[in-house]
Amino acid sequence: MLKHNELSIEKSRSGRRGVRFEKAQKEASGYLPSNLLRTQEPRLPEMSEFDTVRHFTRLSQLNYSLDSQFYPLGSCTMKYNPKAYDSLSVLPAFAAAHPFAPAQAVQGSLEALYNLQELLKTVTGLSAFTLQPAAGAHGELTGILTIRAYHDARKDFARTEVIVPDTAHGTNPATANMAGYTVVNIKSAADGCVDKEALRAALSEKTAAVMLTVPNTVGLFEKDIREIADMVHKAGALFYMDGANFNALIGIAKPADFGVDVMHLNLHKTFAAPHGGGGPGSGPVGAAAHVAPYLPKPFVVKKDGLYSLEDDRAESAGRMKAFYGNAAICLRGYCYLRQFDGNTLRTVAENAVLNANYVRESLKGKFNAFFDAVCMHECVLSIVPSQMNGIHTSDIAKRLLDYGFYAPTIYFPLIVPEAMMIEPTETESKEMLDAFVAVMEKIYNEIQTEPQTVHDAPHTQCVCRIDEVSAARNPNLKW
Amino acid sequence: MFTPNTPKDQEEMLAKIGVSSVKDLLKQIPQELLYPALDLPKALTEQELSAHMQALAAKNRPLKNFIGAGIYEHFIPSAVGALSSRGEFLTAYTPYQAEASQGTLQTIYEFQSCICALMEMDVATASHYDGATALAEAVCACLRVNGRKEVLIPAALHPHYKEVLKTYLRYFEEVVLNEVPFDEKGTLALNSLKEKLSSGVSCFVLSQPNFLGALEEADTVSALVHEAGALLVALVNPLSLGVLKAPGAYQADFAVAEGQPLGNPMNFGGPGLGIMAAKKAYMRQLPGRIVGIAQDKNGERAFVLTLQAREQHIRREKAASNICSNEALCALNAVIYLTLLGPKGLKEVDELNLERSHRLAELISQVPGYQIKFSAPFFNEFVVNCPKPACEVVEKMAAKGIGAGYALGKDFPGMENCLLVCATEMRTEEDLKAYADALGGI
Repeated sequence: MLKHNELSIEKSRSGRRGVRFEKAQKEASGYLPSNLLRTQEPRLPEMSEFDTVRHFTRLSQLNYSLDSQFYPLGSCTMKYNPKAYDSLSVLPAFAAAHPFAPAQAVQGSLEALYNLQELLKTVTGLSAFTLQPAAGAHGELTGILTIRAYHDARKDFARTEVIVPDTAHGTNPATANMAGYTVVNIKSAADGCVDKEALRAALSEKTAAVMLTVPNTVGLFEKDIREIADMVHKAGALFYMDGANFNALIGIAKPADFGVDVMHLNLHKTFAAPHGGGGPGSGPVGAAAHVAPYLPKPFVVKKDGLYSLEDDRAESAGRMKAFYGNAAICLRGYCYLRQFDGNTLRTVAENAVLNANYVRESLKGKFNAFFDAVCMHECVLSIVPSQMNGIHTSDIAKRLLDYGFYAPTIYFPLIVPEAMMIEPTETESKEMLDAFVAVMEKIYNEIQTEPQTVHDAPHTQCVCRIDEVSAARNPNLKW
Repeated sequence: MFTPNTPKDQEEMLAKIGVSSVKDLLKQIPQELLYPALDLPKALTEQELSAHMQALAAKNRPLKNFIGAGIYEHFIPSAVGALSSRGEFLTAYTPYQAEASQGTLQTIYEFQSCICALMEMDVATASHYDGATALAEAVCACLRVNGRKEVLIPAALHPHYKEVLKTYLRYFEEVVLNEVPFDEKGTLALNSLKEKLSSGVSCFVLSQPNFLGALEEADTVSALVHEAGALLVALVNPLSLGVLKAPGAYQADFAVAEGQPLGNPMNFGGPGLGIMAAKKAYMRQLPGRIVGIAQDKNGERAFVLTLQAREQHIRREKAASNICSNEALCALNAVIYLTLLGPKGLKEVDELNLERSHRLAELISQVPGYQIKFSAPFFNEFVVNCPKPACEVVEKMAAKGIGAGYALGKDFPGMENCLLVCATEMRTEEDLKAYADALGGI
């Protein structure tokens, strides 16, 4: 029997081919001097097309995926990705558009992007949106650099700090650091929201921005958001909202109304582009009117009925990537927003919130919410170690795999011990949530009666309990 | 449509939670902010959406494409899309739970291996946003490695890459960015490079080929850079490495690339595929994800995300970078593409690129008033000197259904009449003749 984890290079047989091209009349040496030429063939696999198809099909089958399993992965928003968008976003005329084609030849692509910018403005209430950033964290960097350009334009150079609460996404501090800011971490209050006194103490004439994840990573809405925004603005700083969790708010509240100055959205989360095993994503950034001129260039503009990319923006933070955004992902976001109207969009957030609270309530008594409050789209559960027979959250995560569920996000947020962050999303049904709850209860019972089974999990996967420490110590990163 | 809970489900769920309506779950949101009016267009059914998107697509006018300048039209075997669009790849998440993600993890390991083989480098990451950001991240890594404060780039670097680099380095303490001009051959002015390579230079970016399509004397450049104690970052077209000397062979310290030519459609320039590879010594300076081989408790070979101590979710503000998402699906396309082609297929396609572009250059140089501007060797792209402003040529050729190339005047003052033209294996002899004919007629 062939091994499940055989590498393509191990299946390779010299002389096999997966694709053949027409033969050129001359070899490379007929065009180029020898000092520019490669002397050794690269060690790539040699496989037939059929071998290749079987190889990658087999690999795909070793994956859990949203199409096949429930992914209660908190903060990652693993919601259903409508199939229509897979084909509509890569229609041949979109896929074959060259970014440097004359604007007249790519009006369809530009119009779709322009329309998306407008729709994002509507749902957030902000004045301008750029679709340029390639991912959420890239959007964060774009947003913070935009804020820095804003302060620079006002010659407000003394602002060197960015305040980040401990309930923010892990990328936030790294982002602020990349933009050359000093990160000021503040602890949250006992209720899981921003500690206003801690924020007041941290704010100063040195503060450039406060980065707030809303809802935050413990799944809570920042209840004092208006007051926080006022405090931030009074200090002369800007309010950055990490909008990765926007599926909890879309249609039911507009960030502009909170006093948000700059925010990013994740099209692969709220707007249903598939995660692709880690990307590509898209992280559009929106800004209120006073910050809009500092967004990166270029911009899609409409003049006299003609769409084009305009990069004449003197005060802009600069360019964040080559060309303009992850257009193919933006088109999926556009498709998604066109399938809702002002009345139906709110059902997204409402069902996200309903599902999360249903899971939180159903697991009560066995796995309790760390903050005992109504949550938004995700709930953070924890365990009482004394009741767990030495079992940890990581063991529970691995045991869930045996029952056909992906694991929740674990040990995050960092402020919750033994955290399990569960986000059912709005697209899961009550039956699926009931099945998940039943399995969680079953695991709880196993912990009481046969903890070793849980401790040794998973038992059903092709590999089990990988030695990650030695992998990092003696890295084997290529064949 | 995408929310399955029926009114009855909702009722039961609310009863379980102990509230009477969803609004009761939203009490933390200031009530005056709830349910704002949203002026959105009518919601479309899937059928209407399909018609709408088809109509938008029809507004794109297909041109016979001779534009390169960083994004290239190449043949993509059908198996590439058929495999990467499988739901098990498409809808999987970042492989944090290794046991349930061996498929994605192994494909990334194979991607890293193929990239290292192409580049002749020791380690490659699991991909970055695009070529421009990969270059910026590599330069940032160099600055961390040697602590020097000057970055040297060629004047003939992709203008967008230059801009992205400026954005990324803008707030890097006291770092300066300087350019090395190109000479009449279209390649680096080596005397100028020598002069500028002081002991303060952290790294030099070698663009191979450069933005003007010209191939540099990589060995000579590498020797000069290393003599000055600086690091060499090679920015290459990965598709060209079936015939061109690999960065590792000329001792590059980092190698970066835009991987779109490896099995990814042009997609109006995004998503691209940022590739980054390095010598072993810099392994722990690399940003982003890396997959390694480990043993599981039964001694089985397993794949796992590794060296995570560099990453933002562990190190927070001390991380090598804030990168979280990568371009995994584009990397998957690339590894399937390279597996299908193998070393022989890659060489074949490269030789076709050489043949078609050199044939086009020959045909264009026979059109009165048009000359090939530079004498340096090239791969699939070259500069044409036109008898009139190149943007005018582009416009007139577009009217004839031809994407003529990239007009260089905007980025290179004094080169208003210069057009960067590309021909890949996709352009047939008839296409090439049609191009030259059309050029003669304008």
